[in-house]
Amino acid sequence: MADAPVHLKYTTDHEWVELNGDIATIGITAYAQESLGDLVFVELPEVGITITSGDDFAVVESVKAASEVYTPVSGEVTETNEELGDSPEMINENPYTDGWIAKVKLSDKSELDEMMTAEEYQEYINQLEA
Amino acid sequence: MTMTATPLNTAETKLALPGHQGLKLEEKLLFDQSREGSYGVDLPTLKGTTSRTGQPVRETVGLPEVSEPQVVRHFVRLSQMNYSIDGGLFPLGSCTMKHNPRLNEKLARLPGFAALHPMQPDSTTQGALELVHTLENWLAELCGLPGITLAPAAGAHGELTGMLVIKKAIEARNETRPIVLVSDSAHGTNPATARTCGFDIVSVPSGDDGLVDYDAFAELVDKHGKDIAAFMVTNPNTCGRFEKDVTRIADKLHSVGAYFYCDGANFNAIVGKVRPGDLGVDVMQFNLHKTFSTPHGGGGPGCGPVGVTEELKKFLPIPKVQKDGDTFKLVTDCPHSIGRIKAFHGHFGMMVRALAYMMSHGADGLQRVAEDAVLNANYMLHHLKGTFNVPFKGYCMHECLLTDKHLKDKHVSTLDIAKGLIEYGYHPMTVYFPLVVSGAMLIEPTETESKQSLDEFINTMKHLAHLAETKGEDTFKQFPLSTPRRRLDEVKAARQPILKWEKPE
Repeated sequence: MADAPVHLKYTTDHEWVELNGDIATIGITAYAQESLGDLVFVELPEVGITITSGDDFAVVESVKAASEVYTPVSGEVTETNEELGDSPEMINENPYTDGWIAKVKLSDKSELDEMMTAEEYQEYINQLEA
Repeated sequence: MTMTATPLNTAETKLALPGHQGLKLEEKLLFDQSREGSYGVDLPTLKGTTSRTGQPVRETVGLPEVSEPQVVRHFVRLSQMNYSIDGGLFPLGSCTMKHNPRLNEKLARLPGFAALHPMQPDSTTQGALELVHTLENWLAELCGLPGITLAPAAGAHGELTGMLVIKKAIEARNETRPIVLVSDSAHGTNPATARTCGFDIVSVPSGDDGLVDYDAFAELVDKHGKDIAAFMVTNPNTCGRFEKDVTRIADKLHSVGAYFYCDGANFNAIVGKVRPGDLGVDVMQFNLHKTFSTPHGGGGPGCGPVGVTEELKKFLPIPKVQKDGDTFKLVTDCPHSIGRIKAFHGHFGMMVRALAYMMSHGADGLQRVAEDAVLNANYMLHHLKGTFNVPFKGYCMHECLLTDKHLKDKHVSTLDIAKGLIEYGYHPMTVYFPLVVSGAMLIEPTETESKQSLDEFINTMKHLAHLAETKGEDTFKQFPLSTPRRRLDEVKAARQPILKWEKPE
């Protein structure tokens, strides 16, 4: 499994966030996609809606299970990865880059402080696997 | 813990297959069997080119052209491809695929029941109405809830009916309660039902023991208080466990005026032993087609009666069967009712079968059903726990839960074990459910399997584990070998489904 990139922040629900200015890009981690297996469908949020930290804002579905994706940050959805509609496998192939799900204009940057670093997330996964 | 597969007596031991070869048939689509000019019925030649409604008659409607023996053979072959409980052990967890006694079938075919028309006047259907009334009484006695409706068409429809009753009761109290709590091990239909009724879902986590985490639950009740309409929980739950805090959960819910909904899909494990109404449950649905053995899963329609407390009785759907002295009548004038949820009176044939099942077992027989169902599941758990990983310690209820955790280093997964079972002539168990357990294999043998039949299945499972240890993924990724279709590409089927036959160019 790919190592968690160090420039991202992570949640216990296996989402990652990348910060660029006040825009946060959200996706799911390599561990999440591997646990789900091959994805067959991604339901994206609508652009323009306001989401609050903890909301389920997207759904990823594999042949095994459908799973909600929770946003760890609050703000307005400015862009979604439309390509996932035809190619959900992009999340399996490149979960941390091409497989991003949505971009959010942050209303409270400090929410990122509560998220895990790559090192902490890796340790968290090791505990789950134990 | 080191997991090692128990080898069979000798490597050459030939496994006793349950004799089911049905999955090995090949059958073309009827369209592909079509030959121009074949037909099964002589129809008169058409006169004119317009129909009686004045529309032009179509040259063809594109139906396959086949003879009567072809049609008969096609559908008989299809029925032979269908793995059924009549053909072998059907270990699907959370589905209670038990034997359907033939006595039930005989009684359901009595002309007085089978040839009834739903619009006959009550005076000509007294026997049928009495049957409905009697079944309602039995169900009320078994669940400890006095109000029963038999109208819902299946379990999930029963859930919907139960939640609509709760919604109506809350409206009658002039309250607004937008939230329904649902345990994270619940059947997927639970949150779907609540959402369909317009509620917002808040998920209640399970603890390490596979049961509702009571502290987390209590915290959510304190947080949302009078915004909570109900809590939906499946008990026994989908991890095959009995929710031990069920009475505390009921008390906590009632303290904020919320209702307790119990999904009774797994009632088979406790029928005759525990009455959910006595535990503080306000509403529950039965799945007659599971607990009371009416054919389902392609074999026939379901029936999902709902039991409710005295307080909620007036909200149940219409029509209701009322006893007046020695006669029975259908009543529809019920101002508080949620109204009709099904055409006419529900699936009456299932009611006949279920009552036949209850009366032929009697009260003590139904208790034995629950005891033997739990015993069989624990027998299986006991014999497989050294071979497969068991996520929760202790005894199970009616279904035993295993995982593929110890096979991970061999790269053999739950899906591979399921495919291996097909190769060895079994319908696979429920896989990857409950969702809260990674790589879950949920096996429900039911009370109808004999020790011999359980042993055959256990041996097959052990053999598969042994193959995984000794041969690993190279062998498993091949399974199933002897079916007309080998390993299906489930991902492609989901991504690019072909839902319609296209005539070849």
